[in-house]
Amino acid sequence: MDSTVLEIRNLSVHFGSPRGKVQALREVSLEIGPEETLGIAGESGSGKSTLAYAIMRYLSPNGRITQGEIFFMGENLLGKDRSELRRIWGNRIAMVYQDPKSSLNPSKRIGHQIAEVFQIHQSLSAKEAWDRMLGLLSLVNIPDPVFNAEKYPHQLSGGMQQRVIIAMALACGPGLLIMDEPTTGLDVTTQARIIELIDDLKREVKASILYITHDLSVIAQVSDRVGILYAGELVEIGPVERVFHSPSHPYTIGLLGALPRIELEKQFKPIRGKLPDLTEIPPHCIFFPRCDYGEEVCTHQAPQLLRVEEGHLAKCFRWKEAFVARGGKAHLRPLREVRPPGQPILETDHVKKYYSETNTIAKWLGFPIPEVKAVDDVSFHIGEGEVFALVGESGCGKTTLGRVVTKLLRPTAGKVLFYKRRPRREEIFLADEFRRYVQIVFQHPDSSLNPMKKIAAIIERPLKLQGLSKAERSKATLELLELVKLDSGYLERYPKQLSGGEKQRVAIARAFALNPEFIVLDEPVSALDVSIQASIITLLMELKASRDLSFLFISHDLSLVRHIADRIGVMYLGKLCELGEAEKIFYHPYHPYTRALLSSIPVPDPSISNRSIRLEGSVPSAQDPPKGCRFHTRCPSKMGRICEETPPAFIPVGEDHWVACHIPMGNILANSS
Amino acid sequence: MNGETSLASFRTTFRFFTQTPALAIGSSILCLIALVSILGPLISPGATTEQHILERLQAPSFKYPFGTDQYGRDLLSRTLLGGRTSLILGVGAVMLGLILGVPIGLFTGYFRGKADEIVMRFMDILLSFPSLLMALLIITALGASMSHAMLAIGVANCPGISRIVRSATLSVRNEEFVLAAEARGESHLYIMASEIFPNILPPTIIEGTIRIGFAMLIGASLSFLGLGVQPPLADWGLMIRDSREYLFLSPWPLIWSGTALGMTIIGFNLFGDGLRDMIGGGE
Repeated sequence: MDSTVLEIRNLSVHFGSPRGKVQALREVSLEIGPEETLGIAGESGSGKSTLAYAIMRYLSPNGRITQGEIFFMGENLLGKDRSELRRIWGNRIAMVYQDPKSSLNPSKRIGHQIAEVFQIHQSLSAKEAWDRMLGLLSLVNIPDPVFNAEKYPHQLSGGMQQRVIIAMALACGPGLLIMDEPTTGLDVTTQARIIELIDDLKREVKASILYITHDLSVIAQVSDRVGILYAGELVEIGPVERVFHSPSHPYTIGLLGALPRIELEKQFKPIRGKLPDLTEIPPHCIFFPRCDYGEEVCTHQAPQLLRVEEGHLAKCFRWKEAFVARGGKAHLRPLREVRPPGQPILETDHVKKYYSETNTIAKWLGFPIPEVKAVDDVSFHIGEGEVFALVGESGCGKTTLGRVVTKLLRPTAGKVLFYKRRPRREEIFLADEFRRYVQIVFQHPDSSLNPMKKIAAIIERPLKLQGLSKAERSKATLELLELVKLDSGYLERYPKQLSGGEKQRVAIARAFALNPEFIVLDEPVSALDVSIQASIITLLMELKASRDLSFLFISHDLSLVRHIADRIGVMYLGKLCELGEAEKIFYHPYHPYTRALLSSIPVPDPSISNRSIRLEGSVPSAQDPPKGCRFHTRCPSKMGRICEETPPAFIPVGEDHWVACHIPMGNILANSS
Repeated sequence: MNGETSLASFRTTFRFFTQTPALAIGSSILCLIALVSILGPLISPGATTEQHILERLQAPSFKYPFGTDQYGRDLLSRTLLGGRTSLILGVGAVMLGLILGVPIGLFTGYFRGKADEIVMRFMDILLSFPSLLMALLIITALGASMSHAMLAIGVANCPGISRIVRSATLSVRNEEFVLAAEARGESHLYIMASEIFPNILPPTIIEGTIRIGFAMLIGASLSFLGLGVQPPLADWGLMIRDSREYLFLSPWPLIWSGTALGMTIIGFNLFGDGLRDMIGGGE
């Protein structure tokens, strides 16, 4: 008993809802050993957060633990009342939540917030608490603790805030740390640093960690063992290498197959179907409707967790068949052939977009109005039939640039040229006509469809703009729905009756209704689960091939970009820092930022440990960007004065490969090998 | 089958009442008052203006269930019918406020920029006057009558409504479906009318409902001051004014009209609040 820190036995949680009882967790059993990190991975609706909240007994009022036991260090947590629990919370079990902003008190200096924990839980004096707090801040690698302890949460970047939260969780030396998506919402370079920190802390602080996330790549990097949750059931659990290298449940196999991977050039494969309704649990295997390996037995009997090998269990009757059918390890595929570049379909010529507040009174009174230089002097072109990806972290101006290109925003300076191809090639500049040929698909499925309109009306509207008759419109609407693989049953529904992936399909159908030749995809899948994401990307690529379109694909997800882009532009603080063919950029990145970005991507393979190139500090404000090279404040290979004073020119370093950096090419190549 | 569906629909109705009690109580009150106001002449025992000079200021009795006022007029009939003017005044004034305020809020919220700032600063100036003072100002200029009172209250409501509509528009303005409409080349008018308007309708309706109660209150105040509904029409505000002088001889005229007015205003407020809870919680 004392060899486990946390043991959960047959835990079931139900939520009351108007539609009936939602069985969010069903008979989950797991244990965590001392100093062990257990990763729990699952898509939205899998019950992974419910698990965390059940352990903490923080379930919302309509949630109820219907059966099971939770033992922490041999004590049954479910038998305790709130005052006993309060002594355990924070002291012996601590939790790190997803959103650092809402976890910190905005009106208190961070030093005081952490010191308070010592004063409350360990009754230390203010002085002792303050000293311990400073020690913690340096433990989580916050530079200059004495200085930063006096700051308010909003003065820190998202990554620093998350460090403070982790420091607070560690304050009382807890035996168990529950982390619920601690890096979701952070940029990839920041995420890499936090994962490193967790990795280091595992060794320094002797705590067990329950790490919950939807991101399999992160799980592979941080955990010792991993459990896969699907629709409230633990479908597979085992040592991280075994689960990733020889996944045995069809769902795990599907998830890993749907994951875009930066290190492998392979076709990713979506999982068909969608999450079952958790108000009615079928008597058979919960994954059966989406499973590729199901047979007769799966339709009338629910499997138990079966032993695959020592410590590796899977909830599947046919794990052997699934394992064999998968064909062992994922195989590398030859590189995609590079398309011959076509004539440009879109050119941007020194485009700038500055935002300023429209404060008329301040303007009249002659106050200076700060300008945000969201896009600053960007030129590139996109060829016919090409997928051009614009990548960068949040705030780099990629979304603004996408909106300038679709003429949703008027550029402050510079030009956007578009050439239509059919029936013959010519330049287009009239705004209304331009809009026929250029369409955009947005990021948030919840906001991209008018909630007050039926799907039929949403898709028909662009057809009506083209002057089609009523009969033609309803025919074309059906064709468009079919195009995005939805049936006519969706016509009469409202957007809120659709899932995120279905909404995004409707948004794509709406964009295609105008027969565009060029589509801007602004993070079209970043709000979706991995298995859905793969199906949307596959759909988009099919449509692109069949309709001979060009895409501008805006994304922060480099692994995804790796699968679909022909050419890539990397943006940092409103400027392009590297541009070129995708293969060249992935294999021979020149710019230090591109290299840091690429090295930060977590790889969903526990045997590859990637220590990323560290980027110090946070992204400077776009209101007052650094002089000279904008990256110089964080550049690991900064050369000196020239970087601080002279903005680097965008120079060619190879055929159609451009870099904005002062470092001589020879030096970069020498460094990279 | 039929029995089941009616049972199910009964259940939904029942749940609706238990889950949003404010809405249920508010709508019950409003239904009652609307019914009485519409059917008033049919159920009231006598004419509202018929005077019985010998039976002045009587307490409730079999002949006059609510008693009589200072001219010996039947209070029951007057109370039943006095709601009509108040309701017409309240609803009419808010309608007018909406007709003026919604387009202003929609335009300024959609286009923003300089026009927005200028119009909204002007609205702020209007908003800085108390509504009653504002209404008094307009009536003094135009002369006292019920339609002028309605106009005055409507104009006084306009800045508040336009502010609410503008902020609702601002939050919808940047939704991606609005950008998508722009990207396919829709006209501004279409986007405002067909994409934004349906989405700001719920908060606008809620705001309007709550404002009806307040508009009735201002209407009654104007009548009380003698600037709204003119005698001998039956009106709650007017009844309160008339009863003031005789308060110590007979409180009944005040009790009936005051209760009726208060109930109606509470009804509208509860209904509006309940509506907000239901729409807010349903998402």
